[in-house]
Formats: sequence, C-alpha cells, structure tokens
Amino acid sequence: MATPALEIRDLHAWYGESHVLHGMALEVAHGEVVTLLGRNGAGRTSTLRAVLGLTGRRAGSVKVNGVETTGMPPHAIARLGIGYCPEERGIFASLTCEQNLMLPPVVAEGGMAIEEIYAMFPQIAERRASPGGRLSGGEQQMLAIARILRTGAKLLLLDEITEGLAPVIVQRLGQVVTALRERGFTIVLVEQNFRFAAPLADRHYVVERGQVVKVVRKDELAANTEVLNEYLGV
Amino acid sequence: MFEWLGITPQALVAQLLVGLINGSFYAILSLGLAVIFGLLNVINFTHGAQYMMGAFLAWIGLTQLGGWVGKPDWEVNYWVALVAAPLIVGAIGILIERFMLKRLYHLDHLYGLLLTFGLALVIEGMFRHWYGISGESYSAPEALQGGIRLEGLGLFLPKYRLWVIVASLTVCLGTWFVIERTKLGNYLRAGTENPKLLQALGVNVPLMITLAYGFGVALAAFAGVLAAPVFQVNPVMGSNLIIVVFAVVVIGGMGSILGSIVTGVGLGLLEGLTKVFYPEASSVVIFVIMAIVLLLRPAGLFGKER
Repeated sequence: MATPALEIRDLHAWYGESHVLHGMALEVAHGEVVTLLGRNGAGRTSTLRAVLGLTGRRAGSVKVNGVETTGMPPHAIARLGIGYCPEERGIFASLTCEQNLMLPPVVAEGGMAIEEIYAMFPQIAERRASPGGRLSGGEQQMLAIARILRTGAKLLLLDEITEGLAPVIVQRLGQVVTALRERGFTIVLVEQNFRFAAPLADRHYVVERGQVVKVVRKDELAANTEVLNEYLGV
Repeated sequence: MFEWLGITPQALVAQLLVGLINGSFYAILSLGLAVIFGLLNVINFTHGAQYMMGAFLAWIGLTQLGGWVGKPDWEVNYWVALVAAPLIVGAIGILIERFMLKRLYHLDHLYGLLLTFGLALVIEGMFRHWYGISGESYSAPEALQGGIRLEGLGLFLPKYRLWVIVASLTVCLGTWFVIERTKLGNYLRAGTENPKLLQALGVNVPLMITLAYGFGVALAAFAGVLAAPVFQVNPVMGSNLIIVVFAVVVIGGMGSILGSIVTGVGLGLLEGLTKVFYPEASSVVIFVIMAIVLLLRPAGLFGKER
C-alpha cells in the first residue's frame, strides 16, 4: 500500500492544562479529499493545528508522507509539503495582497504558477496592490487559499473556508476545491457547512470531544443522513 | 531674525547641528529597539549597555589590544572597529537571545524586560569594575579630524560630526528600506504581526527572531562606535542616553520603524532648538512631549493600537 499523505494515530494535544484531542486518528491517501465534521469545540481546528505543531504539548503520531513529525518545529513540518489556511484566514494587514501571495516560501517543486493562480482567482489579481487589511472577507479567503498553492505543498489543510461568506462566494469556493482536487491536491477540510462539504469529499470524519466518532464514505452518505444530523446538531 | 530675543544665527545653527547629531543617535538606537520589540515583544533594556560595549570595544581595540597581545604599536583602527564592534556585540546578543531570552517567550513580557534590565546592570558593573567610571577619550580617525569653516555664517563644522549624521542616517534609511521594500522585510513585518502563522507557512521564525535581536543589538554597538569620539567612553554612557531613547520610542510608537527614525531625528532637533530659546527646559522637553503624546495618543505618533 502506498504511503498516505497524512496519517494520524492516537493523537493527544493540550493547550496549557486543557486536553483538547483525545486519541484522534485518521488517514488520508494522496489525492483524497476528506472533511472533519462536528460541532464547534469538537476538536476539528485543533486537529489541523496539532498536525502543524501549533498546539501546546502533543503526543501520539502524526506522519506526513511517511515522516514522523512529533518533535519537529512548525516550520519544518510545513516544509514537508503542507499548505495551511487558518480559520481566521491570517492575511497580514501590513503587507499588500501580492506580498501576502508571495510570502510563503516554496517547499517543493511543482507549485502553481502565479498566472494560473491569478486565472483561478481573478479578484486577487485585480487587488494585488491593496493592503491586506483592506480586502473583503471573500477576497481574504481567496488570498489565504491562493498563497498556499504557489509553494508546491500538496497537502492542504483548509479550516472553515466558507464561514461567514455570501452564498455566491461559497459556490465559487466549491468550484475552487473541485479544481484543486482535479489537480491532484490532497485536501483536509474542516467544515461547518455540510451541504458545501458533502459533494466535495471522498470521506467524512465526524469529530466529537477530540476524537473521531464516525467515518462516513461518500457512497454511504444517503444511508447515514439521520445519524449525521444528530451528530452535527442541524 | 531672532536678534530681538538675543539669539544669533550662529548659535541657532550650531545648536541645530548638535540637535541633529543627538537626533542621529536617538534614531539609530530607537530603530534597534523597534526592530527587537517588533519581533520579540521584548523591551530591550540592555540596549544602552550594548551601545556602551560598542564604544568600549572601539577604545579597547585602539589603545589596549596591542598591549594585551604584546605588540604595543599594534592597534585596531576606527574603520575596522566600526564593522567589528557591531559584529562582536551582535554575536553576544545572539547568545543572550538563544540561551536566556528564548526561555522567557512563553511568560509575560515583563520577564524579558527584567532579564534585559538585569543584564544591563551586570554588563555595566563589569566595565565599571575593569575601567572605573572616569571615562576614556577616543580620538576621531585622521581622515575625519578638523572641520569646514563656513565664512558666511561664521561657523565651524567639525568633519567628524557631519560624518556621524551621514553614517547614522544612511544606516537608518538602509534598514528602513530592507524592512519596507524587500522580501526579507516582508517576513519581518509578517512575523511582527503573527509569528505563529508565519512559522506554519514554513518560515523559520525562531531563527529570524534570533537574527533580529542580533541585528538590533549590532545597531546599538554601531551607534556606540560612532559616539566614541563625540562623547566620553565610560561605563554609564549608555544608561544616560537610553532613558531619553525610551522616551523617543514611546513618542514614536513602540515597534514602528519609520516612526523611530523620524521621531529620533525630530526630537534631537527640537532639543537643540530648546537649548537656543529656553535652555532651562532642554533636558526635560522630550519628557514633556512624551507626557503629552501619552495623553493624546497612547500608542505613539506612528504606532498602531494593538
């Protein structure tokens, strides 16, 4: 069997004294798209942060392309080929749109060319000289995704990319994720919006109290709608 | 034009020049503090001691080192010291960051302040122990001795003082250019805003922080070498100056790069003007302005509210 792009086993993580992940486990093959579903505070964002070593203490195993990352500093983990789009989008206000786009260092060959990125996100091209702090929420979200496509990272961790955005932008983001999937990116989506996530992903992990409580494959979705609704509280 | 006040144009220009020189030192020192504060969130109270170390290293190189190595005629000249002293003091700064400051980042900022304050006392104490507080003199390099006489104004401009202004403003503007206009500067500004995210994007932020501290400290030492021929070289030269520099930083706004340069030079000039028009106030004018700025714009003239 090929090495998975991301393999998490029995992962525990803490913020100071509070224990947020309790034996998280998941496995994502190259080119797959999976989602982490769950209520607020279930540990989905913490899982992404723990992969990058951004939580406090962590224990267990996180392998990126087969490389064990526990004990590595965040920048070294990112350089294994991870592109991270944080929940708060994290656009640097003191940099222009284009400076933000060019900021993350290249971690591997085969990143998207800048023209391709501008073709995918025409709004970003238009606003390239604007300060990061002046962009709209949708533009910031596009930019936060765009800037990690240049670096050659093949594993994208996207946290709540549809949060607080207008339906038309959410629809556009759906097209973007589909396009990225076709390009062979491996994607882990943390999503609140199940209707957005359902058609995009190969597999859904339902997270509760810092661990996976259910895995639903795409073809099992119809049979599990009720169970999912119960877990997600919708 | 101010004859009715009893002020001659010569006195005015002379004091403005003194002000410009002091302002150059304020600018270069507060710039170093701004770079350090931006990335480390530490108010570097060792800055004055590091400035003093720069001056002392230059003096040691010129007058002591030859004797130590058994060749009394041998000396490290000013130009070598201008490069070597900042490198040495910067390297010591890097060790301080790696082995001491680094351990405090997860604690309240006050601990960094206390550590650097303590270090300043230790360093000054050591130099006091070795060299006393009487002060040593350091003569300007030959090429910069003498001066230019401006007959029209009846003024004498010492070459070395002009050099101080040119050198420090060049270094300040060079630093500003790197931070505002280059890729490295983009990393620095992004790291100032959100170091954790920048690191998650693959940038080695801990290394950047170490180098930024080394650079900020090297700027202080550079100012120290520049100051050696102007002021007396003594162990407390830094602590006298640094208090004014902290006031400059507060007025300009913590962490603002352009703010620290502009405020440094501006306040130096203002201090010079005060010496002309109301000498009694010249030593407090900066602190009065600091109080006013704190009342009206607590984040400083160029600072952003955090």
